[in-house]
Amino acid sequence: MSSAPTVPPLADVTASDASLRRFLHGLPGVDAVGLEARAAMLGTRSVKTTAKAYAIDLAISMIDLTTLEGADTPGKVRSLCAKGLSPDPTDRTAPQVAAICVYPDMAATARAALACSGVRVASVATAFPAGRSALPVKLADTRDAVAAGADEVDMVIDRGAFLSGRYLQVYEEIRAVREACVRPEGSTAAPAHLKVIFENGELSTYDNIRRASWLAMLAGADFIKTSTGKVAVNATLPNTLLMLEAVRDYRAATGTQVGVKPAGGIRTSKDAIKYLVMVNETLGADWLSPEWFRFGASSLLNDLLMQRHKLSTGRYSGPDYVTVD
Amino acid sequence: MASDTTQPHPHPHPAPEPDPFSPFAYAPAPESRAIVDIAPSYGHFIDGEFREASDGRVFKTIAPASEEVLSEVAQASTEDVDAAVRAARKAFTGWAALPGSERAKYLFRIARIIQERSRELAVLETLDNGKPIRETRDADLPLVAAHFFYYAGWADKLPYAGYGADPRPLGVAGQVIPWNFPLMMLAWKIAPALATGNTVVLKPAETTPLSALFFADICRQAGLPKGVVNIITGDGSSGAALVEHEGVDKVAFTGSTAVGKMIARTVAGTRKKLTLELGGKGANIVFDDAPVDQAVEGIVNGIYFNQGQVCCAGSRLLVQESVQEEVLDALKRRLTTLRVGDPLDKNTDVGAINSAAQLARITELTEAGEAEGAERWSPSCELPTAGYWFAPTVFTNVTQAHRIAREEIFGPVLSVLSFRTPDEAVAKANNTPYGLSAGIWTEKGSRILQVAQQLRAGVVWSNTFNKFDPTSPFGGYQESGFGREGGRHGLEAYLDV
Amino acid sequence: MSDSAARLSVMKTYKLYVGGKFPRSESGRVYEVTGSKEKWLANAPLASRKDARDAVVAARKAFGGWSGATAYNRGQILYRIAEMLEGRRDQFAAEVAASEGLSRSKSAAQVDAAVDRWVWYAGWSDKVAQIAGGANPVAGPFFNLSSPEPTGVVAVLAPQESSFLGLVSVLAPVIVMGNTAVLVASEDRPLPALSLAEVLATSDLPGGVVNVLSGRTAEIAAPLAAHQDVNAIDLAGAGEALAKELEIAAADNLKRTLRPSSAPDWAADPGTGRLMPFLETKTVWHPMGM
Repeated sequence: MSSAPTVPPLADVTASDASLRRFLHGLPGVDAVGLEARAAMLGTRSVKTTAKAYAIDLAISMIDLTTLEGADTPGKVRSLCAKGLSPDPTDRTAPQVAAICVYPDMAATARAALACSGVRVASVATAFPAGRSALPVKLADTRDAVAAGADEVDMVIDRGAFLSGRYLQVYEEIRAVREACVRPEGSTAAPAHLKVIFENGELSTYDNIRRASWLAMLAGADFIKTSTGKVAVNATLPNTLLMLEAVRDYRAATGTQVGVKPAGGIRTSKDAIKYLVMVNETLGADWLSPEWFRFGASSLLNDLLMQRHKLSTGRYSGPDYVTVD
Repeated sequence: MASDTTQPHPHPHPAPEPDPFSPFAYAPAPESRAIVDIAPSYGHFIDGEFREASDGRVFKTIAPASEEVLSEVAQASTEDVDAAVRAARKAFTGWAALPGSERAKYLFRIARIIQERSRELAVLETLDNGKPIRETRDADLPLVAAHFFYYAGWADKLPYAGYGADPRPLGVAGQVIPWNFPLMMLAWKIAPALATGNTVVLKPAETTPLSALFFADICRQAGLPKGVVNIITGDGSSGAALVEHEGVDKVAFTGSTAVGKMIARTVAGTRKKLTLELGGKGANIVFDDAPVDQAVEGIVNGIYFNQGQVCCAGSRLLVQESVQEEVLDALKRRLTTLRVGDPLDKNTDVGAINSAAQLARITELTEAGEAEGAERWSPSCELPTAGYWFAPTVFTNVTQAHRIAREEIFGPVLSVLSFRTPDEAVAKANNTPYGLSAGIWTEKGSRILQVAQQLRAGVVWSNTFNKFDPTSPFGGYQESGFGREGGRHGLEAYLDV
Repeated sequence: MSDSAARLSVMKTYKLYVGGKFPRSESGRVYEVTGSKEKWLANAPLASRKDARDAVVAARKAFGGWSGATAYNRGQILYRIAEMLEGRRDQFAAEVAASEGLSRSKSAAQVDAAVDRWVWYAGWSDKVAQIAGGANPVAGPFFNLSSPEPTGVVAVLAPQESSFLGLVSVLAPVIVMGNTAVLVASEDRPLPALSLAEVLATSDLPGGVVNVLSGRTAEIAAPLAAHQDVNAIDLAGAGEALAKELEIAAADNLKRTLRPSSAPDWAADPGTGRLMPFLETKTVWHPMGM
C-alpha cells in the first residue's frame, strides 16, 4: 500500500469529459460468456470442514447487516444492531458483523446502539436508491448521515448520466460526495468511507460495469459496490468477479487498494462462500478481510449461523434456533 | 483516501486469524471412490459376453496419480481380434436391418444409463486416466451422454442427412481410441457408428481400458443385441491387428499422427473407409484489443485442461507484441492459482500425466526447449511423490524454429511466441503441418471473421477455447487427419457415400 | 473453291500448362501419341518429376487468390470455360474421336456432356456451403458455424479411358470450391487435356489454378503422391496396383485420397461425390453475450 496520493491517480485521465471517455472506452473489453464461465467454474469449488468454518466466520465478519425499508423504525434498527453485535446469543464465539447499514435518518439510532463496539455504522445516501435528486440535496443527505455518526457512506451513482455518456459529471459527483464525507468541523475522526454503488442491473453490460469501476476508483471510492438491492438484478458472481478484477488492476496501476461489496440477493452460506472463493482466487489474501470485502445482506447472516451450528454440532439447525430481527 | 482503511478497527470477536501464507486453504475435498466397484480382472467383451484372452495374456492398468494397480485386463491376440470382428459381422445383418427408430431407442437407452451412472463413470475415468474429477464430472461425462443422445436421434432420420435417400452402413467398424478422453472418444466413435447401422469392434487405449469395459456393461443393461458392440483390450499390436483385419469395413482412429500414417498405409488399396483424428499444435492468437481476463482464462483452458493432453490444445500462444508483457504477467499470476494434485479432489485443476511414457516425452521436449534457449517458467507447486506429474509450464522467448513450437508435446506446456500484425499472426499460426484447432482473441468482430477464415484449422474458437458439442463437427486439416466427428458431418464416416 | 491444291495444315505443338504458361517439358522430351488405329496424332510433352514439382509450386502460389475469390466469381469463371468450350466443340469432338476411336456423333456427345458438366459445377460454387455447412445448435451461449473450405493443392490423375468427359468430370469439382489442381492427363490420350489448357487460359481462370501435365502417369504421379505440399490426390486415372502404391505414398502427409472406382460411368449424374472429398469442414465458435 502506498500512502494516499495528493494528486488523484491518473489525473490526466479526468482532465476532461473527452479524456475520461477515451480512457474508459480504452479499457479491455469483457467477454460476457467467458466471464460467466469463469465465475461458474469458481462456483464449483468444494469448501469443506476447516475451510468452511473459516469461510463462514469470515463471511459473518464481512456482513453489512442491512435494513433499508420504508417501514424502518428505531426499534427495528436497534434490534438489528444487537444482532450485529452478537449474532448468535447461544455462541459468543460467533464474530460480529462489519457494519449495520441503514437509511440516513436511522444513522444516529444505529450510532447510539453500536457505540464503540467496532461494528460500524453505514448509511446509504445521495437519494438512495434512485439517486434522482439535485446534487445539493445529495450532498446534504450525505453530510446529514456523516453528522449523525455514519462511518461509511453508500452512495449511488447517477446511472442516467453514466448511460448517456456524461462520465465527467458522474466523476465530479462522486468527488463532491467524497468531500461531503469529511467530518464536521472540530471532529478528529477520519472521513467516512465512501462506497460507490453502480446498480449493475441498470448498467446492463459488463463493459459498463468495468468502466464504472474505474470511474469510481479514479474519483476516490474506498469501496465499489454492485447494487442497491432494490432492482431486479443485483450482485451476481460474474458482475462481482469483474469488479474484483477491476480493483486488482487498479491497485497494480496506482498502488491504491479499493474494496468490493456485492449486495442484494446473497442469501445462503453456499453463495457467500462462492464469493469468498472468487476473492481468494482473484485477489488473494490482501482482500480477505472486512476491510476490503463486504456483503450487503440481511437474511444471509442467519443462514451462516445455521451452517455454523451444523459444523459445530454435526446436526442441521433450523430457523427457530437463530434470531429473527 | 482508500489507504485510511488500513487502520484496523477494534473487534472484540475478531474474524478468524488468517494464515498469512494461505488464509483460505481449501480443506481436502475428495470425491468418494466407493461408488466404483472395479473387478480385479476383466476379459474382452465379445458377442455380448466377457471372455478371457485366447492365450490367457493379461496386463495391468494403473492409476497414474498413485501408480496403484487398478485391475488386470486381457491382451488381445489376433484370435481375439478375429473373434470380435466375426461377432460384429454376425450381428451386422440384424442390426442394419433393424428399423432406425429401434436403433435410436437403444442409443437413447445408453445415453440415459450413462447419465444415471455418470458419477461412477467420472470417478472411474479419473482413477484410470489421472485427470481431475472436476473435468470428468463437468466435461467428459456430460459430453458422453450428450453424444449418444444426439446420434440416437439421427438413427431414424438418415434419409434427411444429405447422404442420399437410403444411405447404407458400411459394415463392421474397427475403432481405436486414445487415452486422453477414454469414454468421450468411445462415444464419438460408437454413437455415430451404431446410429448408421454399423457394428463395432473398439479397442480402448492400453493405459485406460476400464471405462470402455464399464461401457460394455452399459450395453448389456441397455439390452443391446449381442455382437453389436465388442470391446477388446490390448496394446498397439492389438490395434494393428484390428486395423489390418480383412473383415473390417471401416477404420476410425484417434491418436498420434505417426500411428495415423501407419494406419493410412495399412488400409491403402483396400475397401476400408478411413477417418483419422490426429495430433495438433494449435495456435491461440491474442490480439492487442483482446478481452484480457477472458483471454487468460482461454489460454489456461487451452493448454492446462486435461494436463494439456488434448489434440486440439492451444499449445502455441501467439500474442501481439504490444500487449505481450501485460498478457504474460496476467497469465503467470493466474497460473499461481492453479491447483495441482489429487485428481479425485474436487478442487484440483491439474491432475496426473497419464503414463510414465508420456511423462518422459513431455520431459524430453521441455528439456529440448531449454537447451534451444527458450525461457522456462512454472508456478511453484508441490507435486506428489508417487505417480506421474508435471508442473504447468510456460516457455517464453520461443521462436518458430524451436522444437517446442513445432512438435506436439501433449502435456501442460505452453510455448509463447509473439507477432506484430494480424498477417504475421495468421502466417505463423498456419506454419505447421498440423491443422486441428486455433483460437482468436479480439473484441473486433470483423477481424474475428477474417482471421477465422484464413486459419487452416478444422476448429476455430473465437474468444473461447476447448469447447465441444455433439452437434459441432470436429476434425483436422493436413496432418491432423481427415474426416469429421460430431454433427451431421460425423455420419458420413459411417455411411457408404 | 476446291480446285486448288489441298492446303497443308498447320500442326499444333502440344505443350504443358503450368502457372498460366505453356512450357515444353523440362525434360526436353516428348512421346508419341497415337489414335485408335495406331495412327500417329502428335507428340506430347513427356513431363518429368521436375515438371510435377514446378506445377505444385504454381498451384500453391495460385491457391490463396483462387480460394479467396468469391464463390460468384469462381462460378462465373467455370461458366466462362463452358462458353469458351462451346465455341470449340468441333475441335474437341475431333480430338476425342481421334483419341478414343469414337464416331464423330459419339465424341460430339461426349464433348457436349463435358460442356454441360462445367455448367453443372459452375452453379455449385455458391451452393455447396449451404448444403455442406450451416449453424450447429450447440448446448451453450455460442454461435457455431461449419463451412466447407478447399483443402489446398490437389493432384488429379485423369481417367485413362475417357479423355475429355472423364477429365472434365474430375477436374471441375476439384477447382470449383477453390482448390488448385495439378492434372495428369490420360497417358495415352492426353491431347484433349492439353487442348483444354488453351481454353482454361482464355477463360479468366487465374494462372496456376489448373496445371496440366502429360506423360507417364506412374512416373508423374509418384512424386505428386509423395509431395509434402500436395494436400489431396484423386486416383481416378490409376490402376489398382498403382493406386495402392500411391495411396501408401500419400499417407506420408495424410493426403486426402479419392480411390478409383472400378467402372466409372462418366455420363451419369455426377452428384456431389467428387466435390466433398476435397473440402475441409471448418467449424468456428463465437460466444454470444452482451
